[in-house]
Amino acid sequence: MLDAKIPSGPLENKWTEYKGHCKLVNPANKRKLEVIVVGTGLAGASAAASLGELGYKVKAFCFQDSPRRAHSIAAQGGINAAKNYQNDGDSVFRLFYDTIKGGDYRAREANVHRLAEVSGNIIDQCVAQGVPFAREYGGLLSNRSFGGTQVQRTFYAAGQTGQQLLIGAYQALERQVALGNVTMYTRHEMLEVVKIDGKARGIIARDLVKGTLERHFGHAVLLCTGGYGNVFYLSTNAMGSNVTAAWKAHKQGATFANPCFTQIHPTCIPVSGDHQSKLTLMSESLRNDGRIWVPKKQNDTRVAIDIPEEERDYYLERRYPAFGNLVPRDVASRAAKERCDDGYGVGTSKQAVYLDFADAIVRYGKIEAGKEGRSNVPMDEIISMGKQVVKEKYGNLFDMYEKITGENPYELPMRIYPAVHYTMGGLWVDYELQTTVPGLYALGEANFSDHGANRLGASALMQGLADGYFVIPYTLGNSLADEIYSKAVETSHPAFEAAENEVADRINKLMSIKGKQTVESFHKRLGKIIWDKCGMARTKEGLEQAIREVQALKKEFWSDVRIPGSINEMNPELDKANRVADFIELGELMCVDALNRNESCGGHFREEYQTPDGEALRDDANFMYVAAWEYKAEHEWSLHKEPLVYDVVKPSQRSYK
Amino acid sequence: MEHNNLNLTVKVWRQKNSQAKGQFESYPVKNISTEMSFLEMIDVLNEELIVEGKEPIAFDHDCREGICGQCSMYINGKPHGPWQANTTCQLHMRAFNDGDTVVVEPWRAAAFPVIKDLMVDRSAFDRIVQAGGYVSVNTGNAVDGNSLPINKDKADASFAAAMCIGCGACVAACKNSSAMLFLSAKVSHLALLPQGEPERHSRVLNMVAQMDKEGFGACTNTGACEATCPKEISISNIARLNQEYLVASLVADK
Repeated sequence: MLDAKIPSGPLENKWTEYKGHCKLVNPANKRKLEVIVVGTGLAGASAAASLGELGYKVKAFCFQDSPRRAHSIAAQGGINAAKNYQNDGDSVFRLFYDTIKGGDYRAREANVHRLAEVSGNIIDQCVAQGVPFAREYGGLLSNRSFGGTQVQRTFYAAGQTGQQLLIGAYQALERQVALGNVTMYTRHEMLEVVKIDGKARGIIARDLVKGTLERHFGHAVLLCTGGYGNVFYLSTNAMGSNVTAAWKAHKQGATFANPCFTQIHPTCIPVSGDHQSKLTLMSESLRNDGRIWVPKKQNDTRVAIDIPEEERDYYLERRYPAFGNLVPRDVASRAAKERCDDGYGVGTSKQAVYLDFADAIVRYGKIEAGKEGRSNVPMDEIISMGKQVVKEKYGNLFDMYEKITGENPYELPMRIYPAVHYTMGGLWVDYELQTTVPGLYALGEANFSDHGANRLGASALMQGLADGYFVIPYTLGNSLADEIYSKAVETSHPAFEAAENEVADRINKLMSIKGKQTVESFHKRLGKIIWDKCGMARTKEGLEQAIREVQALKKEFWSDVRIPGSINEMNPELDKANRVADFIELGELMCVDALNRNESCGGHFREEYQTPDGEALRDDANFMYVAAWEYKAEHEWSLHKEPLVYDVVKPSQRSYK
Repeated sequence: MEHNNLNLTVKVWRQKNSQAKGQFESYPVKNISTEMSFLEMIDVLNEELIVEGKEPIAFDHDCREGICGQCSMYINGKPHGPWQANTTCQLHMRAFNDGDTVVVEPWRAAAFPVIKDLMVDRSAFDRIVQAGGYVSVNTGNAVDGNSLPINKDKADASFAAAMCIGCGACVAACKNSSAMLFLSAKVSHLALLPQGEPERHSRVLNMVAQMDKEGFGACTNTGACEATCPKEISISNIARLNQEYLVASLVADK
C-alpha cells in the first residue's frame, strides 16, 4: 500500500533528476486548475504564494483573523541552511547527516537530502523578500549554533525569526491576493475532506463568524495545518493549534505516521499552577551561552546565587563533554527529567533546572573591556558591559521571562523545564508530499517526513519553507498535469452534499449533548493522561492503561460535554469542542503507536528499552520502519510499515559524548 | 516567586454580534492567583459562566506569548492594559490589587468593527498590505543572500520596524483612530532595505491610499500610538513615512 515513490539513482542526484523529468503544466492550463491550501503558516503561506505566482487558482484558509498570525510566527531561534558562510566545514551532506542522526535514524534519506539541498535557496528567497536577518558589521548575514550540530549554520532575526519569515511569506501571499491569484478565507476552519472517485476534490469549511458551512472545490487539497502538540493540553503551541484538518484526512483514508514521535523541548518556563493555559519556550539559542545546572545536593533549598561553584552540577557538560549544553533536544530533556526525578530539581515545584548566564555575562564583559584596550576593569563594570551584550542578543527572551515569572534573569538564573513543543509524526506522505489519498497533500509540521524521531533546532522553519517554496511547486504539477481535462466539479455534486451533511450532523450531535462538563475540562484531562503516560517516558503498562482511560474519556465527552450558544453564530466553544473531539481520538492512536514501538528512539523513550547509562536503545532489526496507521473503525487501526533503507548513512548508536 | 490571591470585579463589553447593541456587564471573580495571566483570569471567568449556563466572553487570542498580535483588549482605558511594551496575553494579574474593578472593552475604531464581545475585524490591515506591503519577487528569482551586503545599522532599523505584530493597539490608542504607526512600520521596514527600493514610491502612495479608503483617521502627532505599542515601534517611522510620501508624490509619474 505504501509507495514512497523515491526516485532511483544516487542520493545526491535524486531531486535534480526528479525535477528534470517531472511533468509540467503549461501556463494556460494552470489557470484552469484550482488548488486549496489549508493553513497559512510557513508551509501554507509559502505554498499558496508560490502556486499563485505560477498561475494556479488558489484558495487559502486559516482559522485566525489574518494569515499573518499562524503559529509559525512564534518560532524564536532560527533557520538552518547549509551555506557554509562561516567556513567551518558545513555542506549539504553535513546538514543532511546531522538531521538524519538527530532524528535517531527514523527519517527518510531522500527527503532529508532534498531538504538540505534547498536550504540555501530558502535563505536567498527570504533575503530577496526583505526579511531583515541579523547581520555582521560588514553587512553580511550572521549565524549562530543550535543543538545537535558542530557548525554555525543557523540564520536568525533576534529571537523573532519565525515572525520575520512568516511576514515575508505572508507578504508574498497578500501580493498574490492583490493580483487575484489567491482568494483568502480568514476565520474559516476546515471540517471535512471531500472525495470524489477516491480523489480529494475539495473541503467543507465552517465560517467561524457566521457559523455556516461552505463547500469549496479544488483539483488538489494541501494541508499545511501544523502539528498536534496541543493533544497534551499544555504545550508551547498556540491555543488554536489543532489536529482537526489532519484528523479528518486520516479518517478519509490518509494514513497517520509515527504519531508517538513528539518533541519535548528542554528549555521552557515551568508550570506555575493549575490555571496554566499554555507554556512558553525559551529559545534553544540561549543554550549557546547559558549553562544548565542543578545543585549537587538533593533537595537543596538555597537560592541559586548562594550555591558555590563547586556545589553545582553542570550535568550536560558532565555527561556529554563533546556537545555539552548543545546536545539535541530529546537528550537534554531526558537529562533534566532524570535530575528532577532524582530529587535535584529547583524552585518551589522542584520540577525545574537552572539556565545560567552569569559566566556568559562575565565572558562578554571581558571581551568588551578588551575591545577598549582596558585592563584592571572592576568586576561590576565588566558585568554591566556583559549584560548589555546579552541584552542585545537575547533581550526579548529575557523580557518575556521576566513578564511571566516576575524574576530578573540578568540577576538570577532562569528556571526551566521541558515542555511539549513539536510533533515529528503526522500524515504519511510520499516523496511528492502526497498522502495515501490521491490529490491530498501534507506540508510542513503536518507531515511526518523529515525529522525522524527527534527534530533538530532551527529545522522546522527550514522544512516548512522548503515544502512550500521549493518542493510542492514541482511535485504538485507532476500530478496536476494529468488533470488538465478535469473540469471543476460543481459543489452541488452529491459528494459535497454528503460531506456537508456529515459535518452538520456531527455539529448538531455535539450541541445536543447539553451535558455538565466544559470542553476545557475534558481537554485538560486528556492532556494529563497523555503527558503522564505518553510523554517523556513511556511503559507498556502505562500505555495500555492510557488507552483505556482515553476510550472512557471519549465516551464521557460525547455524553456530558456542555457547549453554550448556538450553531449559526460565532461560537468559540463549539470550535474548541470540534478540535478536542479529534484530539481525544488522536490521543488513543498515539498510545497505540507508542505501545507498538518496542524500542526507544529520539523523543520516544520506552523505559524498558535503555542502555545501562540511560540512553535510548534502538532496535534497528525490528523497528527501522515508519509506522503508518490506517483508520478502520472506532478504536481500530491497521499498521502499514514503510521500511527505512539507509543507502548512504550507516545507523549507529547516537553519541554526543 | 511570591504570589497571593485576588478578588476582583470585571466589567466587560458584551455585544452579541456586529449588528447588536452592546452593553457593559459586571462579573465578580474570586481567588485569582497573581501568577495567572490576564487571559487565564478570563478563562476562569468563562468556565464559571459556562457552568452557570451563560454565554462565555468571546475574545481573540492565540499564541499567548506576545507575538501573534491576535489578542486585543482595551483594559482600564489602555490598549493591552497597564504594562509598558506588553500585549494583553503577557499581562499578569500581579498588575492588579485585591478589590479592583477592571474594565475591559474591544478596540474602538470605525475601521475595526466589533464582531462579538471583545473581537473586532482587523482585515483592513491585510488590505493595506495587499496595496503594496511587499517586495515583488517570485519564488526562485533570488540571488545568493550574501551578494548584497546591507549596512548593519540599516538592517537593524529595518528589523525594529518589521517587529510590528499588527495588533492594532496603535489605532485603538489614537483619538483619531489613525493607522499611521502600523503603516509607517511596514513602509520603513521595506524602505530601509535595498530590496524595497524598486517599488519604494508606488508602495507608499498605494498603501496610504488604501489606508484612507479603509476609514482610518489622520495623524495629529499625539504620540499615543508609540506609547502603547507592545513592540515599541518608534514614532520616528511616521516621520519617515511622511518623507517617503512627499518624495513619492513629487517624483511619481501618476
